[in-house]
Amino acid sequence: MSIKVYVPIDSGSVALGADDVATAIAKKAESTGADVKVVRNGSFGMYWLEPMVEVETDHGRVAYGPVSADDVDTLFASDFLTGGEHKLYLGRTENIPFLKSQTRLTFQRCGFIDPVSLEDYRKYDGLTGLENALKMTDEEIVTAVTDSGLRGRGGAGFPTGIKWKTVREAPADQKYIVCNADEGDSGTFADRMIMEGEPFVLIEGMIIAGLATGATKGYVYTRSEYPAAIRIMNEAIEVARAAGVLGDNILGSGKVFDMEVRMGAGAYVCGEETSLLNSMEGKRGVVRAKPPLPALEGFLGRPTVVNNVISLCSVPVILEKGAQYYRDFGMGRSRGTIPIQIAGNVKHGGLYEVGFGLTLGEIVEQIGGGTASGRPVKAVQVGGPLGAYFPKEMFDTPFDYEEFAKRDGLIGHAGVVVFDDTVDLMKQARFAMEFCAIESCGKCTPCRIGSIRGTEVVDKLARGEDPDLQIELLTDLCETMKFGSLCALGGFTPYPVMSALTHFPDDFKPRALDVAAE
Amino acid sequence: MSTNTEEHSVRVEAICDRMAALEGPLLPILHEVQEEFGHIPEGALQTISKKLNLSRAEVHGVASFYHDFREEKAGKHVIKICRAEACQSMGADDLGDHARHRLKVDWAQTTNDEKVTLEAVFCLGLCACAPAAMVDGKVVGRLNKDRINQILDEVAS
Repeated sequence: MSIKVYVPIDSGSVALGADDVATAIAKKAESTGADVKVVRNGSFGMYWLEPMVEVETDHGRVAYGPVSADDVDTLFASDFLTGGEHKLYLGRTENIPFLKSQTRLTFQRCGFIDPVSLEDYRKYDGLTGLENALKMTDEEIVTAVTDSGLRGRGGAGFPTGIKWKTVREAPADQKYIVCNADEGDSGTFADRMIMEGEPFVLIEGMIIAGLATGATKGYVYTRSEYPAAIRIMNEAIEVARAAGVLGDNILGSGKVFDMEVRMGAGAYVCGEETSLLNSMEGKRGVVRAKPPLPALEGFLGRPTVVNNVISLCSVPVILEKGAQYYRDFGMGRSRGTIPIQIAGNVKHGGLYEVGFGLTLGEIVEQIGGGTASGRPVKAVQVGGPLGAYFPKEMFDTPFDYEEFAKRDGLIGHAGVVVFDDTVDLMKQARFAMEFCAIESCGKCTPCRIGSIRGTEVVDKLARGEDPDLQIELLTDLCETMKFGSLCALGGFTPYPVMSALTHFPDDFKPRALDVAAE
Repeated sequence: MSTNTEEHSVRVEAICDRMAALEGPLLPILHEVQEEFGHIPEGALQTISKKLNLSRAEVHGVASFYHDFREEKAGKHVIKICRAEACQSMGADDLGDHARHRLKVDWAQTTNDEKVTLEAVFCLGLCACAPAAMVDGKVVGRLNKDRINQILDEVAS
């Protein structure tokens, strides 16, 4: 039997040379006559070890990393095919501390399996949740999801079960499940990782959502910046269709559900659910006023569930192991697990899934290992470009929807971006306004105009033109944007701006602001 | 010129016909047109609007809303450098400045020899291996000045 060697196909790993490593291993195996099968798996999300190569040995999967194509000769020379010693040897994959200390529910198979092998997926208990759901009534499925305490992982934190209940009870000839995979927040990559590494769990979650609500058609709306995710999702959908998992007779039940992938076109605002729906309908990605809720009048005016990728991917495990099992993880009103994405200037960047409740300091310093540059941490932005900058003094904040809100922050899609002491928070505040101006859909004035005025005010502040007045103006402007904007883009841009101003006042002293030209 | 336009519209019509059955076909059509021509040709808007029973203004409104759709063809190579926060924390601003300086272009511009288009992108989802870029559709992580110079040398040759 050939020896399985795993080299991730994950974009993060590919960006660090995984394709070259895979080619080099296949070539070397051929020239030495070794019987090797290279499997392109998903990533375990330990990016400082990527490309991480694994070998299936008699004593389990053994990992090496970070491997470059130049290391392949010495790996073969060290008998890595039987788990031999090498300077890049990491031991058994499951024993790597970063992985071992996690609670992987949503990402339980990501990394272990060939993303488009349904056989692999089943081997790791995939489709059990769906099989259970097929034996339940729609109402029972909704109850299970409600009881699990699952809340929207896109950032808003709305209870998933309640959204499903609304759609289930809405009468219509056609309903839809729309997966919001428009993961545009800097510092986040959980959606990308799971679509590239374990696409069947998203398919399974969407089918269950369809069964629960009476929707028979699903869409995954994702980004043009994610070509690999699109390719792998499409391939997995084909496989699922051919195997009778999708289509007119789901696993022989007579139930119907099918789905397709739609690609966005580089507009950040389309991550907002109503502009996403407009975009899918072929319109400008402009935000819609709510009500009507998408649950009642969504895609093409029909009742539509719009859920984030991670919300939908968390559903199969809830149906597999029960609502109680899932809700036993977490703290307060934040139940279950959250895949935290540790990014930016950090030593151990990657995806860390764990129950809610770790403190920000534990995430950044213990798990992330501090900065990559070795300099002191100055600020951490949590929740993407619309999230607040927290100083070290707030590292005791537990990772929880309410605890972050209490401190004028948000966990958003759970991205954590670390900055060392070279960061200039006035520049970051200006960037937040600039980004909002670039990406504003233009529908509401506070966002469209406010963001431009915001950059101007920061520039005046930098030039020292009546600084006290500018700070007052900026604060007032942020209030207007926060309460007067239609959606989170204009409404949340004040978070990074005001947190920078509040926690890092020394950075807002007049001086030459090194601003990139537009 | 007119044959060229006619040929264009035949190809655009074929794309529209292929996509017509989709729910909300306009974005998929625009993506296909750009894939086929490298940009959205002026005449394509008219053809699409007729096919979808929309006004030309509506189609133009959609095409111009999204950053991805180009009115002009891009250079032979397209370099997209991430300018978002996670990449900023690892020095993306300096890399961007360096690339603009070396190519003598600003963001969203093409070099005079039409070889390279430089674009800013806001997040490639490679935030744990920042700074990141996409070069002709291929992702590159942990960029530094040497690596970007190497890329710029390759695309210039």
